[in-house]
Amino acid sequence: MIYRSHVLVCNGTGCVSSKSPDLMAKMEELLVANGIENEVKIIKTGCFGLCEKGPILVIYPEGATYCNVSVDDIEEIVNEHLVKGRIVKRLLLGDKEAEDVSKSRDNVGFFAKQKRIALRNCGVINPENIEEYIAHDGYLALAKAVTEMTPAEVIAEITKSGLRGRGGAGFPVGRKWQFAAQEVSDQKYVCCNADEGDPGAFMDRSILEGDPHSVIEAMAIAGYAIGANQGYIYVRAEYPIAVERLNIAIKQAHEYGLLGKNIFNTDFSFNLELRLGAGAFVCGEETALMTSIEGNRGEPRTRPPFPAVKGLWGKPTLLNNVETYANIPVILLKGADWFSSIGTEKSKGTKVFAIGGKIHNTGLVEIPMGTTLREVVYDIGGGIPNGKKFKAAQTGGPSGGCIPADHLDIPIDYDNLLEIGSMMGSGGMIIMDEDTCMVDIAKFFLEFTVDESCGKCPPCRIGTKRMLEILDRITQGKGEEGDIEKLEALAESINKGALCGLGQTAPNPVLSTLKFFRDEYEAHVKDKKCPAGVCTALLNYVIIADKCKGCSLCARKCPVNAISGEVKKPYVIDQDKCIKCGVCMESCKFAAIEKK
Amino acid sequence: MKSVEELKAIREKALKEISIRDNENKIRIVVGMATCGIAAGAKSVMNAFAEELAKRNINNATVSMTGCIGICRLEPIAEVIGVDGEKTTYVKLDAEKARRIVAEHIVNQKPVVEYTIGEAEK
Ligand SMILES: Cc1cc2nc3c(=O)[nH]c(=O)nc-3n(C[C@H](O)[C@H](O)[C@H](O)COP(=O)(O)O)c2cc1C
Repeated sequence: MIYRSHVLVCNGTGCVSSKSPDLMAKMEELLVANGIENEVKIIKTGCFGLCEKGPILVIYPEGATYCNVSVDDIEEIVNEHLVKGRIVKRLLLGDKEAEDVSKSRDNVGFFAKQKRIALRNCGVINPENIEEYIAHDGYLALAKAVTEMTPAEVIAEITKSGLRGRGGAGFPVGRKWQFAAQEVSDQKYVCCNADEGDPGAFMDRSILEGDPHSVIEAMAIAGYAIGANQGYIYVRAEYPIAVERLNIAIKQAHEYGLLGKNIFNTDFSFNLELRLGAGAFVCGEETALMTSIEGNRGEPRTRPPFPAVKGLWGKPTLLNNVETYANIPVILLKGADWFSSIGTEKSKGTKVFAIGGKIHNTGLVEIPMGTTLREVVYDIGGGIPNGKKFKAAQTGGPSGGCIPADHLDIPIDYDNLLEIGSMMGSGGMIIMDEDTCMVDIAKFFLEFTVDESCGKCPPCRIGTKRMLEILDRITQGKGEEGDIEKLEALAESINKGALCGLGQTAPNPVLSTLKFFRDEYEAHVKDKKCPAGVCTALLNYVIIADKCKGCSLCARKCPVNAISGEVKKPYVIDQDKCIKCGVCMESCKFAAIEKK
Repeated sequence: MKSVEELKAIREKALKEISIRDNENKIRIVVGMATCGIAAGAKSVMNAFAEELAKRNINNATVSMTGCIGICRLEPIAEVIGVDGEKTTYVKLDAEKARRIVAEHIVNQKPVVEYTIGEAEK
């Protein structure tokens, strides 16, 4: 069936939660009512990236991108655009008066600086239809690998591309494949790490939701390259849409003979299964992940032996991240030279970041390595809301660190980020403005690792807990001389002594905030002040006498009767009684109460 | 999947189905579909364009609609906009004429002069 118009509706988790399925249902109903259901096709697609402006839908052949669409807008879109061919300008993303509507979003900074390789099909194809993936050159790379290349040639091409792991550490992918390939064994495995435990990160989820076949194809290629006939995707059960689309995709790949026995009539066979994780951060660590797939409690084991030698069920195993895999098919089709022409000297290609926090355009962006943080924050991210100043960006999640304003011009790549004490990580990027307390942020991440520590090794189980207690004290105004030094000493011994990456990197957020914002720690410890005005225990609510009209409202609202005074004269807060709940400040009609 | 050829065949077929989403370097056929156009039969013209393109496996042209082109007495009207932006306006169309435009203008790149607005206004 040929349709005259295609309506692509984002069905990533972000737009689904802002009701894109309701939009589709409403549109379907109206297409029928207008008798054009055989002319217009509605297609589910993956994430366009600009979640802030979701739900997003794109109508072809005009290529009109509509944003912030609500159910109430659907009638207008159907009547105007689909029935009469008139663009609904008010909903267009970007330049509403663009002569060619398909270009309306070209000048939107968010899109202009991106380069989509891993996300190439997200928002472009229907992830539940294998043929749309095939139309976009899907499975051609697998065909090329198994029918034209030797496993060694595949590995050589990947090595030459300079691709490094996107799961965090940035290990060269070709080298890892080589290690697994050179092991001799009756059985080998290929695994995909789709645990995505970094809080706030959703790159991998979006790839699985928007383009699951790219990961499946890449895993089959990896199986061919290292000599494995079985693969596992370890995905967290909290990603129900990703799980569902993966299941559909695996089933379709089997039906089309792209998984299973004798792929492309060669003697290469490959099967793929899902394993659902319960959502523990430590299960993203490679050895814990494999222990969990084996059906045991997800705890890490010592390395070496590395998974390439002794992995799943003791057999040589290759483990890569979702985004790493998503790059593989394009590299084989377009060539290593093309890929390595993008990026910096030691970091090739692109990286996907999930940008969140104090920034206009929260969402998913894919940028060439070497893009500066300034470009990400201001050009792509649209800057900081409410006219506030940029303070720092946290990358690498609970294992990473912060990049302060003086380093805004740093070109983002693996080595530059490591050098300043942060790391690329898996792609979470949290933007913080001047109202953020860096001690509080460090505490937030440490609370996360304390919660997520599996408890197997003492440095992580006990050490991180002691660090958190100290931070707690500091933010409560009970910091003591020497606390900062104690934090540093603990950090060093946890880093040296912990069994796995979780513990080894857990002190990073503290160390990195100490490196750039030591004065803030000192203000908390010595002066008992929180310069950003976040740590409640260090703040006092005070009534500005000049502004107070003596209306007595605050005194009546105060739950602990800490405010007293005479009507029509300035009131005062008794700091000993005050519990710092902030009710007075909220109730004051004259903005006469301040937090200092 | 037994062969690469089989994969490529699926690819060709699927590409045709989604070619509408690729509007780079394409000839655009835009049919006026406001009330006046629809009353004059624009819908069957539009369908004829779409069917003829599909039947002939033409991937380098798309059909879309627009509102009132402004000359209601000459409806149904369609504009064929070339890759270079050059515009040919056809008037008083019907399904038969639409099919001929596809055959001569889109396939053989020879506009059907007798249906153009210039000819009608002579
Ligand atoms: C505590 C911890 C959590 C991790 N979580 C993830 C994760 O969620 N996803 C991921 O791909 N890698 C994660 N990693 C990194 C993996 O151990 C492993 O290095 C990676 O999956 C390898 O794939 P790559 O080489 O393609 O990056 C984590 C590591 C640690 C120490």
